[in-house]
Amino acid sequence: MKRTDYLVTDSPAIDQVGVEERISRFSKRSIKKESKMAALKMALSMVDLTTLEAKDTPGKVKQLCTKAMHPHSAYSDIPPVAAVCVYPNLVRVAKEALKGSKVKVAAVATAFPSGMSTRKVKLEETKWAVNEGADEIDMVISRGHFLASEYNFVFDEICAVKEACGQAHLKVILETGELSTLDNVRRASDLAMHAGADFIKTSTGKIQPAATLPVTLVMLEAIRDFYYETGKRIGMKPAGGIATSKLALNYLVVLRETLGNDWLNADMFRFGASALANDLLMQIVKEKEGVYQSIDYFSKD
Amino acid sequence: MDQAEKSKTETINGAHVNGQSGKSGRLDVLKTYKIYIDGKFPRTESGRYYILNDKSGNTLANICQSSRKDFREAVVAARKAQPGWTGKSAYNRSQILYRIAEMLEGRRAQFVDELTKQGSTTAQAENEVSLSVDRLVYYAGWCDKYQQVFSAVNPVESSHFNFSVAEPTGVVSALSPENYGLIGLVSVIAPAVAGGNTIIVLASSEKPLCAVTFGEVINSSDVPGGVVNLLTGYRSELISHFANHMDVNAIVYCDDVQEEISKVKELSAMNVKRAVVYKDDNWMKESSHNGYRIMDLQEIKTTWHPIGQ
Repeated sequence: MKRTDYLVTDSPAIDQVGVEERISRFSKRSIKKESKMAALKMALSMVDLTTLEAKDTPGKVKQLCTKAMHPHSAYSDIPPVAAVCVYPNLVRVAKEALKGSKVKVAAVATAFPSGMSTRKVKLEETKWAVNEGADEIDMVISRGHFLASEYNFVFDEICAVKEACGQAHLKVILETGELSTLDNVRRASDLAMHAGADFIKTSTGKIQPAATLPVTLVMLEAIRDFYYETGKRIGMKPAGGIATSKLALNYLVVLRETLGNDWLNADMFRFGASALANDLLMQIVKEKEGVYQSIDYFSKD
Repeated sequence: MDQAEKSKTETINGAHVNGQSGKSGRLDVLKTYKIYIDGKFPRTESGRYYILNDKSGNTLANICQSSRKDFREAVVAARKAQPGWTGKSAYNRSQILYRIAEMLEGRRAQFVDELTKQGSTTAQAENEVSLSVDRLVYYAGWCDKYQQVFSAVNPVESSHFNFSVAEPTGVVSALSPENYGLIGLVSVIAPAVAGGNTIIVLASSEKPLCAVTFGEVINSSDVPGGVVNLLTGYRSELISHFANHMDVNAIVYCDDVQEEISKVKELSAMNVKRAVVYKDDNWMKESSHNGYRIMDLQEIKTTWHPIGQ
């Protein structure tokens, strides 16, 4: 898309109080047992199992990949997660370890998490990660430029990275914790989608606050309006700070109420998380066995 | 307001307090008995209550009927608090236990009042509070001693330095004695926390008043939130959850009901919980406190350390 077709000032203003009230109502839904079980499994199948630490090793990534394919071998009906998310230099290790499974490899790129580098370096890194075998690229936007209202710069950068991705899916991280207002979140979402994002993602997980329900609602509404406008379905990935099943189910409620059933699958919605997977497993096993579980009996990843 | 109107208002005010008009026609400020989880005093998440009556059938209070979800929250809190509590020096744990005793002593009148409302004579109540304070001091003393007394250096054939030390088992759930309002609670809580465990206690359902007030004592004694959690409610409803929770490492059962003991032992087997049963018929006796009660909630770790000739 050419950037002349889109004006960032077209984005609507966001009623923050209204958003918070709506979220508060979503968070109080009672979810019955059968629905809960289905929702827990669905949430698990949407997890991007993530390890983004400077101390990551090939060994740790291999272990994480095993966990991704077989989250809990005691039960055969527990689905694998959607993807494993790693730094570019570990993509090859992950790809190798996940060979033969449907679990995808996502790589963070473009000078993650700050994005403070030149465009040339960012594009090189993206191409390199795709070449190594990444199915999905998680890029960060240049928040400094965005906040300085240099929207064209951000737009062009996303376009360029999208081109560098080739066949790989592009997730655009807005880092909403640094955008200050919901109005900015909405603008950044619209901008990213028009520039060619396949997914929009809340956070790197390195900045607090990371994903929150209000921010997610605003982004989902942007996705809905973009769909009405263009007919294109864009995915959503809240990431960072989602560690409990209860919270994950709240996200699914917001998703279902805002975008409907078409988005209730791992192609359109992901959770970026590490601790969440084990909590989901504990709740699934609890529902099956009727007994509250302990983390001691689940593999650490 | 004229005279007639004024006297009418007073009668109405007086009528609010179970038909008794207070000394000055003032409304009594009655205490809401809540539960104690993670250093806070929430109501039960279930919203359920039962009415506690005295012998003559007068209502004493509405008591929270805790649910398994309250218990779950308490276990999460206890698990979170456990490493920090274990990590405190034995000397510091001792100070904190002694502090609980001090706070309890300071609130003596309130506990005596509650115990008498629940059926004790004043003399019995005074005695129970004194014993409870003493028992806390007793276990405060044990904090920095049980390691020396119960750990061992073991003789072995090979060239190893071999030693066994006691380590806290972790998170403990406890069903406190049904017939004792205060001393029962103290007798299960003190040895568990003296040994570095964190605990969730279900108070006696017939004598629950002191449990809530004891929570207030603990809350003002530098005990970190989550180390001691107090629930009120029915044993019959909660016993299986206390026994089968996979993240609880030991369960203390007090009293002597065979059916309940079997249930506790059977369900504890799921994660090989330590199941400790105390059948004391009189918790006021000296035999109800001793160092072995600390050791009942400890695991022995033996280390083989290679040494030269």
